[in-house]
Amino acid sequence: MGVTSKLGDLGIVTVRLEDTVNWARTRAMWPMLFGLACCAIEMMSTQASVYDLSRFGMELMRPSPRQSDLMIVAGRVTRKMAPVLRQLYDQMPDPKWVISMGDCASCGGVFNNYAIVQGVDEIVPVDVYIAGCPPRPEQLIHGIITLHERVKQERITDWA
Amino acid sequence: MSGLQDSVWAGDIQQLKGLVSERALSGETIVLNMGPQHPSTHGVLRLMLELDGEVVVNCVPDIGYLHTGIEKNMEAKRYEQAITMTDRMDYLNPLGNNLVYCLAIEKIIDLDVPPRAQYLRVLLAELTRINSHLVWLGTHALDIGAMSMFLYCFREREKLLDIFEMVSGQRMMSTYFRPGGLWRDVPEEFEPAVRDFISYFPARIDDYERLLTDNPLWLDRTQGIGFLSAQDAIALGCTGPTLRGSGVNWDIRKAIPYSSYEHFEFDVPLGQHGDVYDRYLIRVEEMRQSLRIVQQAMDNLPGGPVRSNDRKYVPPPRSELGTSMEAVIHHFKLWTEGFRPPEGEVYVRVESPRGELGCYLISDGSPKPWRVHFRTPSLIHLSALPHMAKGYLIADLVGIIGTVDIVLGDADR
Ligand code: SF4
Repeated sequence: MGVTSKLGDLGIVTVRLEDTVNWARTRAMWPMLFGLACCAIEMMSTQASVYDLSRFGMELMRPSPRQSDLMIVAGRVTRKMAPVLRQLYDQMPDPKWVISMGDCASCGGVFNNYAIVQGVDEIVPVDVYIAGCPPRPEQLIHGIITLHERVKQERITDWA
Repeated sequence: MSGLQDSVWAGDIQQLKGLVSERALSGETIVLNMGPQHPSTHGVLRLMLELDGEVVVNCVPDIGYLHTGIEKNMEAKRYEQAITMTDRMDYLNPLGNNLVYCLAIEKIIDLDVPPRAQYLRVLLAELTRINSHLVWLGTHALDIGAMSMFLYCFREREKLLDIFEMVSGQRMMSTYFRPGGLWRDVPEEFEPAVRDFISYFPARIDDYERLLTDNPLWLDRTQGIGFLSAQDAIALGCTGPTLRGSGVNWDIRKAIPYSSYEHFEFDVPLGQHGDVYDRYLIRVEEMRQSLRIVQQAMDNLPGGPVRSNDRKYVPPPRSELGTSMEAVIHHFKLWTEGFRPPEGEVYVRVESPRGELGCYLISDGSPKPWRVHFRTPSLIHLSALPHMAKGYLIADLVGIIGTVDIVLGDADR
């Protein structure tokens, strides 16, 4: 993280602003409690005892979009659900990220039919896609770490 | 896309006439939306609540937020391909869905299933029941405020998922049952893993009971709410623990045994009051009974093949392909064209963790089903939800939604 401390007992640590902000963002990225279908059950397993998402500062699932930073779209998005999902996304404060969990959310999965939105990226911008039907908790955690790596690359000039 | 503006309801209250009481139209009671994104609606259930202060006067479920078109999609797939779709319907009971669909196919073509496959089906179906009840117990307790239950239940659930993964290669969507038997035999590690679970789990159920059954907070939140009388439960078409909670002794595993359930000894727990607490007790006891069935199935597991020998419907084992021309032809035909059951229609039912799960299948003699319909317990229980919720506080509604054990994938399909 590029932390350098001055010699002596001044008690001052100098860091780069964007590194600190990005570090803070990745350490407490609150996901929204938003389960849609089967993938949500695996998302719950990821939170629960064995896989323990709190290791990444993410055990606190917020049911309210206004308190969350990350939307994990866990499951198939139907045409009836799509406007709701977009509204929830719009209600989240910036900065916000979206993980598309599972085949259905990423591309429609096995359901190429009239009812399912063929990929949630048709309605919200997606940062990380996770394949699998359902993805294993390890895969979800890998997706989350990938997102964290991405957030760490963000530069102050892009914040705008 | 201006999602916010689009989804603001611009209609007026008169449009709700007939759905809500007259008092709502005059503004005496208020109409409140709950869901589809809500922490305790178990997915994407949406309820329109009419409230008098904190008391629920009326509650109208709005479904379809997870309508996936599974039944329609199955018509476009060959019989064996469509099994993958059934897993994704009631996603807490994937093997039970496989089972009912395979039983329907087997009934329509009169296919035999070897005893070993039948026993393994029972064994895995019961493990799935425990699995589903664990998720139910964890989330139900979480809704009511007992966070630690969720963590305990999911810890045990991982052990079951390991077993499913061991036999089928997938944790949840296993597609392990096939028409005429199973995909393949269980691996060697299966028996030790199941035995391990059998010895491990009873103490865990006792733990749950110690945490909840006599806990005054739990009693306060569950006793005497969500009442459903036996007559109402029958009239509304309730099945499974929801019906048995009201004291009606109806379990399809006993009443119309399928897949050799008649060989197993188990009790059907019944409730007395028909409230949320009774249904909790029943499900916990059902886990014990399921474990009993698993134990018996494991002890008496017959040997022999796990797939029927009827080559017109069941592909030959891999080992035969190198030596028998006939096997190659059957294999080729089955994988390029599928099998053609005789024309006809059947209805079969099984006891899913939630109640009666039925499959209505119509065949027109082609390799694809002409129509598949599932009678799913969640949908039926959703219509019973307003009857249970009326007159209780809005805080109790959370417990009442939990007690009907709704799975929206099951209701909407
Ligand atoms: S990807 Fe698979 S497990 Fe996930 S919601 Fe779709 S069907 Fe269910």
